[in-house]
Parts: sequence; structure tokens; C-alpha cells
Amino acid sequence: MQILAAFIAGLVFAVGLAIGGMTDPNKVVSFLDIFGGWDPSLAFVMGGAILLYAPVYHYIIKKTRPLLHHTFHLPTRKDIDARLIVGGMLFGVGWGLGGFCPGPAIVSTASLRGDVLTFAGSMFAGMFAVYLYDRFRTTAP
Amino acid sequence: MTEFTPIASSIGGLLIGLSAAMMLVLKGRIAGISGIIGGLPTAPAEERPWRVAFMGGLLGGGLLMFILMPAQFGVQSPVGTVALVVAGLFVGVGTRIGSGCTSGHGVCGLSRLSPRSMVATALFMSFAAMTVYITRHVL
Repeated sequence: MQILAAFIAGLVFAVGLAIGGMTDPNKVVSFLDIFGGWDPSLAFVMGGAILLYAPVYHYIIKKTRPLLHHTFHLPTRKDIDARLIVGGMLFGVGWGLGGFCPGPAIVSTASLRGDVLTFAGSMFAGMFAVYLYDRFRTTAP
Repeated sequence: MTEFTPIASSIGGLLIGLSAAMMLVLKGRIAGISGIIGGLPTAPAEERPWRVAFMGGLLGGGLLMFILMPAQFGVQSPVGTVALVVAGLFVGVGTRIGSGCTSGHGVCGLSRLSPRSMVATALFMSFAAMTVYITRHVL
């Protein structure tokens, strides 16, 4: 049941990204090009998502547990550390340069287009590098 | 310049919100793509199946949309191979050390009024816009 729920959520997410225009790197770059021929469409993607999610979130966290699981797994950190800042900046540069963020990069691999596969492969390599770095740091003497 | 599509984009946004709400209401999880996928190697064994299932849904949905609406995937990315490799690395490394991307920080984090997500979203939005300004209008 939980597996099916996660699969359907992933499916709906992908359909939303594609209909919303997030899977078109040219549209992403046009959205970010405030001083060029700005296309503000993608602000409606974020706006629509928050419009639905925010009230659900603030309602549901008053409950003791989610429907299919014994507890909530929500982030608790409040500190603004260097990793958050550097990470946000790096992600921004990469997003502006390539026109893909992680979700659309994965969803778009269905097109088997060279540019998408190049970006997605490189993105997974970057994620794996952070995993290796963190593992080395925590196990090193 | 691309066509302004407020209605399609709003519908897409609502679907993303619906998916994120499903993950929260059913499983108590934040629907952050970089966290769900990037957390695979470090997640406890019992958590891996749902993460893989979510990724399977993303790929399945991508395939479905590529068959139904191929135009939504655009044409070739506006940049060359070297830039794509660098961009991919920056996105992969940045979202992992920054603990989130457009979905986890942008949609879920802002909805939760999380200070960390507000800082992260302001940073990645402004740095993305600055990068596009430089690549399109300066270089």
C-alpha cells in the first residue's frame, strides 16, 4: 500500500512538472531571464503547488500520525549553516546554467535526449560525490 | 522568450502540490526530490522500497507525458555539453549539501514557513537569475 502510494505520488508529480512546463529547459531559462524576454509562467507552478500544499500541511501536522505510517518525518533544523548557503548558491548556478532542477531532470530522461541524459548523469555523480565525501568525513579518524 | 502559460502552469503546480500532500498525509514525508533520491544510499533498508517506488513513478509519469505531450519537453537544451556537465554537477552537489531543491525547499519548505528553506530558496532563485543574466546578456 505504501509502495503504491509512493509510486502514484511520483507519477502525479511527474505529470505536474511536465504540464507545468518545468521539463522544458528553454522555458526554465526564460523564467529566470528577468531582464530578457521574461516568461513568468513557472511562478504559477510554485504558486499553485504552495496554494494546495500549505493549508494541507498546517492542517495535517496537528494530527498525531499520517494515514499509512506510524509517525511524521519532518525536518526540525532551524540553523542557517555554511552548507545550506553554499549548497543553495551552487544549485542556483547549476539550475540557471542547465535549465534543469532534480525533478524535471529525472522525469525528462524518458525522452532519452542527449542533453537530458548528460545533465542527469552528471547530477547523479554530484549527489554520489557528496555521499562519498560525507561518509569519508564521518569515518575518517 | 517562451509562450506565457499561466493556466497550464497553475494546473501543473496544483498537481505537484497534490503529490506532495499525498506524501505528507499518507506517509508523513516531505516530497523533496533531491532528498528522496539522493538519500537512497544512506536511508535505512526498510525506507528504500518507497523511495525507489517514488522514483519509478517519476520515470513512469515522464514516459506517459512524453508519449502524450512531447512538446512539454521542449527542444534541445540551450547550452552545450560541457555546460550541461558542469550544471549537473553543481545541481547534484548543491542540492545535497544544501539539503533540498525546488520541491523540498521551494514548495514544501516555503509552505512550512521554514527559515532554512526561505534562505535556500532566495539563494538558488537569485543565483539562477544571475547566472542566466550573465550567460544571456553579458557573455
